[in-house]
Amino acid sequence: MEFVFQNILNALQWGSFYALIALGYTLVYGVLLLINFAHGDIFMVGAYIAYFVATLFLATVGLSPSATLTLAVPLTMILTACVGVTLERVAYRPLRRKGAHRLYVVITALMCGLILENGNLALLGASRKNFPELLEKTVYNFMGLSVTNLKVVVIFTAIAVFLLLQFIVTRTKIGMAMRGIAWDKFAIPLMGIPVDTIIVFTFVLGSGMAGLAGLLFAMSYPVLEPYMGALIGWKAFIAAVVGGIGDIRGAFVGGFLLAFLEIGVAAVFPSTLRDLIAFTVLLLIMWRKPTGIFGVAKHQKI
Amino acid sequence: MQRYALNILLPAAAAFIVVLSQMGALDLYVQSVIMFMAINVIMSASLNLVNGNMGEFSCGHGGFMCVGAYVGSLLSMLLFTNSKLFGAALLPGYSALVLFPLVLLGAGAAAALVGVIVAVPSFKTRGDYLAIITLAVNYMVISAIQNLDVIGGPRGLTGMRPTMSAMEDVVNLPWMMIWVLIGAFGSVALIRRYISSTYGKGVNAVCQDEIAAEIMSVDTNRIKLVTFMVSSGLAGVAGALYAHVVGYVNPGSFDILKSTEAMVMVYLGGMGSLSGSVLSAVLFTLLLEALRPLQIYKWVLVPLILILLMQFRPEGIMGNKELPDMFPRLRKYFTFK
Amino acid sequence: MALLSINGLTQKFGGLLAVSDFNIELGGGELVGLIGPNGAGKTTVFNVVSGFYQPSDGEIVLNGVKTRGLRPHQVTALGVARTFQNIRLWHDMTVLDNIRVSQHYRMGYNLLDAFRRSKRYVENERKIETIAYELLEAMDLKQYASEYPKNLPYGLQRRVEIARAMSVKPQLLLLDEPAAGLNSSDVDGLIKLVRWIHKEFPITIWMIEHQMKVVMSLCSWIKVIDFGATIAEGTPEQIQSNPTVIKAYLGDDTL
Repeated sequence: MEFVFQNILNALQWGSFYALIALGYTLVYGVLLLINFAHGDIFMVGAYIAYFVATLFLATVGLSPSATLTLAVPLTMILTACVGVTLERVAYRPLRRKGAHRLYVVITALMCGLILENGNLALLGASRKNFPELLEKTVYNFMGLSVTNLKVVVIFTAIAVFLLLQFIVTRTKIGMAMRGIAWDKFAIPLMGIPVDTIIVFTFVLGSGMAGLAGLLFAMSYPVLEPYMGALIGWKAFIAAVVGGIGDIRGAFVGGFLLAFLEIGVAAVFPSTLRDLIAFTVLLLIMWRKPTGIFGVAKHQKI
Repeated sequence: MQRYALNILLPAAAAFIVVLSQMGALDLYVQSVIMFMAINVIMSASLNLVNGNMGEFSCGHGGFMCVGAYVGSLLSMLLFTNSKLFGAALLPGYSALVLFPLVLLGAGAAAALVGVIVAVPSFKTRGDYLAIITLAVNYMVISAIQNLDVIGGPRGLTGMRPTMSAMEDVVNLPWMMIWVLIGAFGSVALIRRYISSTYGKGVNAVCQDEIAAEIMSVDTNRIKLVTFMVSSGLAGVAGALYAHVVGYVNPGSFDILKSTEAMVMVYLGGMGSLSGSVLSAVLFTLLLEALRPLQIYKWVLVPLILILLMQFRPEGIMGNKELPDMFPRLRKYFTFK
Repeated sequence: MALLSINGLTQKFGGLLAVSDFNIELGGGELVGLIGPNGAGKTTVFNVVSGFYQPSDGEIVLNGVKTRGLRPHQVTALGVARTFQNIRLWHDMTVLDNIRVSQHYRMGYNLLDAFRRSKRYVENERKIETIAYELLEAMDLKQYASEYPKNLPYGLQRRVEIARAMSVKPQLLLLDEPAAGLNSSDVDGLIKLVRWIHKEFPITIWMIEHQMKVVMSLCSWIKVIDFGATIAEGTPEQIQSNPTVIKAYLGDDTL
């Protein structure tokens, strides 16, 4: 019994990371129909930014760990958002302006991801970075179940972010504009909506959340390396699509679904089978529901 | 006569390369670059069939290559070499001279069968949802092979090289080069014949307006199935050749990065342009080799160059045109009609 | 035996009743119109006939074959071709290729033939090309054979689309608002073209059209539907003076 609950908790934690990253994919996709393949690497950059911010304040300035954490959260999010917006401005927007085929922007995103990964490797070297401990580890025990405070923080952050984004997208004016661009990018500017601002805002949101995920990930698994974002990013993307890409709920559900699958498989079968079984299940879901769990099939009119 | 110029010129060029390598005028490094170039040509041209002509977004081409590489290697070891895995060779080594195409065929067939996994969902879904299925298949293939300890698991597989040596023992020619060139020219010819037939033009019709295609009597499901199978089958052939060139395969070398390379070549060349994807495969291989001395900076510089290229030519080198469209004079020599 | 008979066709989308209890019987060589206000369910009838939707209820028999369960390309192979309200040509393929591809169902060779360029392949490709050129010639489109449809004026695109439908060698040609978006001289050309096709080929033409000029001058029999139900049918003269039709089009407020 305890084994099961422990695994459920682990799955919730992993799912939170997947969900936070998948949210970024889904936001950008929902607005631009662009698969931002660099997003996994933005997450990695977020973790590194968190590392530099944390070591700067801890070691150089000499703040206490808790003060560092309170500073690191907004700083990491802002700086990572800057990275995301830079990519948008430098690489994606010019292509969009030139009316390039959508997939060329996707390929550009892939290339940006490679640059981030390998640029990091080239600049910082292959040595892994150890993330300092910012949150003093407390273990809560109830009913024979041990939960670290970090896990609780991660899970609740993911839920809070989900609620916040869901609110922004469905209830606010800017959210309405974001959904509008996805529907008809030609009509929206005619309605007096500043498309580029909305797009930048989307990238800020998505990359900010990736930065947050990076910080939390670095705190949970305090070893950083340049390729850490690639695999988790691809998987989060798969999760977003299985959930129904473009839908915030889809990203959230997809992220947790993938995490539960992976942890569940690893708990029952040898862990080398994890990817195989998890992806097979996802594939079967896609066969049954070709547009994902929350995705709506586009109605073809003739 | 002029119409056949290409059919004479290309084999002549291939023969020239073979003669040069036989005489030792090309050192082993140059030879290997040429071989990788040819393999990349197969990868890029075959992915172009799906991503360019059919307008789908397959990003798991490396998975099919992986299937082909393993099946090809295993067949080759089973048939022509004495290996730990299968024991003594089933056939005498010299028979490889004639029967090596069987290995390629088997590899292609196996990869094409895996392609069906992608093709069937494509009946109902398109675009990014299908992209994810191809991606998942790529991961599944790699993961499945990593779990098959019999064929080496994550450590990889060696032992297909002796097939080439067996051929060289009989007739001393650079057989690897010969087979790779045959594979590349054969694949491109096959694709060209496919897309220029009325049958294959259905692929473009599916891309441009699937509903109209279906209503104008094109069996869109069959077109998709066939196209995916041809494309993945050729990737399998490329994989088998790759395995024999390198002499070692491991699942890690066919991951998303491999698929990304294939995609880059397709989009760099221009979607739906066969000559474009051949050209870009050649250029891309050269670029990678030229930047090799930069080591880790290579993988910063290459994406950077590609991003810049796309900024200046957002439709790829050739757009969706073919060489004869760009240079009408070439039309005398070959067309894609 | 009737070429096409539709019995009790009903089509629902969720709660919406798009077509209800639609019946028609078409013989060979007729030229029939289907009219009705916007949203009356006209195109839905065509979509069901061409196999794009499976009917919720009712039965469609084409040349004695029940079409339920057939996919659109199979229905086309039975001899039905259609055009679309908003032109759906393959815009990045030449006009000639457009005509070639729509002969897919009688290609007569398989993939291996295409790879090997076998004798069967060469013969069939030649046949397909001959048919395509003959058709383009007959429809005055030969000079555009290697143009891309997207570069042609709208009126010509319509013509190409009709030519593409004719390349299927249909027994039943469905024209979905062929005059939509055409200027008046193009409309005259269209009327001439349809009349010529009807005279030249022994086929049945069934058209949806809003422009009364086209319908009244071409069709010998007209069916009027509104909200999915048939409200009138008859010769053009009968329809023009039918009070129900006038009410459906103009509303029942007496001015």
